[in-house]
Amino acid sequence: MLVEKAVALSVILFVLGTLGAVTRRNLIVILMSIELMLNAVNLALIAFSRQWGDLAGHVFVLMVIVVAAAEVAVGLGIVIALFRNRESINVEDSSLLKW
Amino acid sequence: MIDFLFYVFAALAVAGALGMLLNTRNTVAGALSLVGTMVSLGAIYVLLDAYLIGALQILVYAGAIVVLFLFVVMLLNLREDAFSPERLRFTKLIGVAIGALVGVELLLLLPAALGPAATVPADFGGYRMVGAALFTDWVLAFEVTSLLLLAAMVGAVVLAKRSID
Repeated sequence: MLVEKAVALSVILFVLGTLGAVTRRNLIVILMSIELMLNAVNLALIAFSRQWGDLAGHVFVLMVIVVAAAEVAVGLGIVIALFRNRESINVEDSSLLKW
Repeated sequence: MIDFLFYVFAALAVAGALGMLLNTRNTVAGALSLVGTMVSLGAIYVLLDAYLIGALQILVYAGAIVVLFLFVVMLLNLREDAFSPERLRFTKLIGVAIGALVGVELLLLLPAALGPAATVPADFGGYRMVGAALFTDWVLAFEVTSLLLLAAMVGAVVLAKRSID
């Protein structure tokens, strides 16, 4: 029963993270929303790991945490480089790749 | 009791996520709301018998990643007026509607999909069992992770060091 509730919470958090990544224009908030989505996925992995009694989900969550840390380090490096060049982290000011 | 704790921490997690999402004025407050979400998720991991992951969640996410966000927010010294008010365009409304639809659909489908949870040994999710799995079955993935971290570290240093031409 707890597993289903945890997966439901994971769905809610993932949708909230998606909304943040799509609607906000502050690049840092977009990165935080992506972190929220990764956390929602982690919660689902832990819940299913408990459901089937299999530890592979726990190992996978460790990998996701490592990837999230690497992503934040590189992403915030890009944010700083962008701010140095454009004096702004508003995503609408950086639209060179937009068609 | 476990259900009650789950509801408390789930409410805190959703409240923190909403605080991060809806706070358009103060990015530092948004990052601190995210800390609340991360800590609540760590508690929920413990309720789901993932003791090691729960501790790592609080150490790595609340302790390291969000602090990195806070460093960058304070380094950039963003002014409040840097962002004009968000425009709610028609396409965004469609996006929100589709997202809500998918969310409701998943929530409706879930309860029927799972049977009773498996019975697990008492130390399931402790450092001993997770460590044994990590260093036997998944040792290659563990080693490759170190390469990923090295690449990310070099990339972050190179990106933040000098400006893009």
